[in-house]
Amino acid sequence: MVAEVPSRSRKPSRSCAVIALAAALAGVPQHSVRAADGGGAKVLTIAVSQSVDSLSPFLAQRLVSTTVHRLAYEYLTNYDARDGHTIPGLATGWKSSASKLTWTYAIRKNSRWSDGRRTTAHDAAWTFNKMMSDEKAATANGSFIANFRKVTAPDSRTLVIELKKPQATMTALDVPIVPKHIWEKVGDFSVFNNDQRYPIVGNGPFIITDFKVDRYLRLKANKHFWRGTPKFDELLLKFYKDGDAAVAALRKGEVSFVQGLVPAQAAALKKTAHIKVNDAPGRRFLALAVNPGARAKDGRTFGTGHKALLDPAVRKALFHAVDRETIVKTLLQDHAVEGAGYIPPRYRAYFWKPGPEQKRAYNPRKAATLLDRAGYRKNSDGRRVGKNGKPLTFRLLCHATDPADTKIGKYLYDAWRELGIETRMECRDNVSDPWLKGDYDLAFDGWSVNPDPDFVLAIHTCAALPATPRDTGSTDNFICDRKFDELYARQIAEYDPVKRAEVVKRMQSRLYDLGYMNILAYPNAVEAYRTDHIGSITTMPEAAGNLWGQDGYWSWWSAEPAAGHGGPGGSDGSDGSATEVVVGIGAVVAVVAVAGLLIALRRRVTADDRE
Amino acid sequence: MTAARGYLRYTAGKLGGAAVSLLAVLVTSFFLFRIIPGDPVKALTHGTPTTAGQLASLRRQFGLDEPLWRQFTEYCAKALTGDLGISYQFRAPVGELIAEKAPATLLLTGVAVLVYSAVGLWLGARSAWRHGGLGDRINTGVALTLWSVPSFWLGLLLIITFSVGIGPVPGLFPTGGMESGDATGLGYAIDVAHHMVLPVLTLVAVGYAQTLLVMRSSLLDEMGGDYLTTARAKGLRDAVVRRRHAVPNALLPTVTMIFINLGHVAAGSILVETVFSWPGVGGLFYQALSVPDLPLVQGLFMVFAGAMILMNLLADLVYPLLDPRVRR
Repeated sequence: MVAEVPSRSRKPSRSCAVIALAAALAGVPQHSVRAADGGGAKVLTIAVSQSVDSLSPFLAQRLVSTTVHRLAYEYLTNYDARDGHTIPGLATGWKSSASKLTWTYAIRKNSRWSDGRRTTAHDAAWTFNKMMSDEKAATANGSFIANFRKVTAPDSRTLVIELKKPQATMTALDVPIVPKHIWEKVGDFSVFNNDQRYPIVGNGPFIITDFKVDRYLRLKANKHFWRGTPKFDELLLKFYKDGDAAVAALRKGEVSFVQGLVPAQAAALKKTAHIKVNDAPGRRFLALAVNPGARAKDGRTFGTGHKALLDPAVRKALFHAVDRETIVKTLLQDHAVEGAGYIPPRYRAYFWKPGPEQKRAYNPRKAATLLDRAGYRKNSDGRRVGKNGKPLTFRLLCHATDPADTKIGKYLYDAWRELGIETRMECRDNVSDPWLKGDYDLAFDGWSVNPDPDFVLAIHTCAALPATPRDTGSTDNFICDRKFDELYARQIAEYDPVKRAEVVKRMQSRLYDLGYMNILAYPNAVEAYRTDHIGSITTMPEAAGNLWGQDGYWSWWSAEPAAGHGGPGGSDGSDGSATEVVVGIGAVVAVVAVAGLLIALRRRVTADDRE
Repeated sequence: MTAARGYLRYTAGKLGGAAVSLLAVLVTSFFLFRIIPGDPVKALTHGTPTTAGQLASLRRQFGLDEPLWRQFTEYCAKALTGDLGISYQFRAPVGELIAEKAPATLLLTGVAVLVYSAVGLWLGARSAWRHGGLGDRINTGVALTLWSVPSFWLGLLLIITFSVGIGPVPGLFPTGGMESGDATGLGYAIDVAHHMVLPVLTLVAVGYAQTLLVMRSSLLDEMGGDYLTTARAKGLRDAVVRRRHAVPNALLPTVTMIFINLGHVAAGSILVETVFSWPGVGGLFYQALSVPDLPLVQGLFMVFAGAMILMNLLADLVYPLLDPRVRR
């Protein structure tokens, strides 16, 4: 039997101490030290989610890292904020030889490294030569120099690049040029992360001054930047691994900018004071890829792509049954633009869309007719039967981590079921294995497009196929079409921008007709910033465009502090004097509680001793 | 003398078992993560202009072009010398990456485990002592409710309530991270403690129920003991009977659990670290798995498993000191 015992008088001292400690901590000013040393500096705090993979421009591949490098190093050229056309960067001008195989760049005189040395053509030549001679230094940007034969700097103002064959992308070499006098001392480029000594010597609008992995990355305005000093004194990248926490930080004022918002977050922020949501046309396209039968350059085929999808009528019918407008308006909640051609409309020079005759417009009846005519008739169960006599069922590969894939997948399931075709969703955290093995019928696909579209076109050429079924190629979807390849070869050798754009549009038309890449939508870049922190900022394209991940450095270089935004003390949105009062109260309560605890413990020890 | 020899034999047996377990972890970690679907090279280069030559070069740099047996022997040889390899994605020694992140995790989850163990022990003892009463029902009810709450959801609620502020509740704590800036000394310690309040509160809220329930149940088993009646008959105060006689005898199962929880400290809490943007190893493990960054994921697995083995070993070594019957 368990004896019931009388309760003793309560001694709340320990609880009091815990509560008092929490109260004291609650009163700690949230940017106490930064406010003290900020000295009124104008700080723009950006919430980012990706981890920096490396601060070495030779290794960095993630968007956050390449964005930082855009800010810290000049590239030969830049892209105009208004429409993305090429403009001078470190190079003030460029010309190609009559043979199209030699490019000569004039390097600007007024660019200096942050340690005071002048930037010269020798720095640029060394950067490219290092990548050409050391495969470890070519990890991040090796694709840009794959066609280079020789790079020289005849003098400090002239850079000469000789090519193996013509290459129209020579004004779009997105390679950070590094200071030779710093980097030539580096031994093993595969493990040098450029994160040991600060400030990091650069010549961009900002200088990297401090970095702690997954905590913060600090950049200071470069007062000697040739294009002009940025208006903010400092950029602070803070790492938020959870989108909702980043949004909370924006609402509170701990950060000035967040990106990658989901529709619900954007809708909530639109109603919040001092916050502007920038719902702008993005750089990405969202597509549905159809397996054209995986194959290697050696001619061998592999994978388990459905044979019926090799029939153009089936591909055409599938997409006549899909209403892109519904996908954009209902499923993507209007945070996207209806898909058409391969290149998003923000790149006006290259944007193409099918005419009325060519367009696979939403028309379920036409889809059914196409299938009937092609011999895929419905059986007694209402299901379309393939040439092998079996009902058609297509696997749809999707990213389990992407809610848009799941939503659109369910819509497609219903749309195609109406047509008599079953769909089996195969959603995975990592889709690369079935993708590389060609084990899919349809798959969600998407790429961010650069101002120069060469790369996203190259991934659909036969040259991008894997050498053998065991290898990995740079192909996106195993497309290999002779006509597309011919056009690709023409565009890469065409140095006239207008003529090249025409060829690129013809390539998109061809890709559209093939029916293996179906662009569903161009998702918007949805981001938000505090208008009481940022007074003005340049989007790209200027009329309506994104702020984070621009092709240039325009947003952060041009951003101007809002009137009254007084740096870190103000940027956290906290009231300094109120905080100090709370700190004082918290400290007094803590001291009283600890004293109470000590007295109580002493009393108890005495009582125990008596017993 | 016999007791000392018995303890030595007991200790040697436990040490041998731990060494075998560590070897098994070494081998398992190599093969386990090669089953994960995904091509590290393709994942790392996805979305960036990459030539076939670059892909081949990366495979060479990572040693993925070598036969599996050679990769395994090289991995074992290096691991036995303490070299865990170079991370594919961060291009830094795995040991350095873990050493950089581990202090943050040890601090956060270490404090949380200590706090929720203390809270759980205290509340568990009180619940058992007055079992069936209103206090007991409330205690266990609240603990079980919080235990079943998803930690990320609770974390977000705390951020919205106590970081951003709702109605009359002011935003008192930071929304995330471990520090505000480049403070030093005491200022830095206070700043970090300020950032820790909400993540620790989350971990404590969802974690203290285990200790409470185990302590409650152990103490209930002890409460019928004759030695407690004897103690009361000697005229000892009820609180002293509980504190000095009942609780020490009920501690053994709870100590086991606390050591297991301490073993988990190294692994951190991925969800809480993510919600509060705490720069610890939990997030690092998630990033390593998503590539998969084989050297990093292997290294972390070895550290996590090693910590667990070490804590189990410590628990085994502490048992005989708490209860001499164990060593026989």
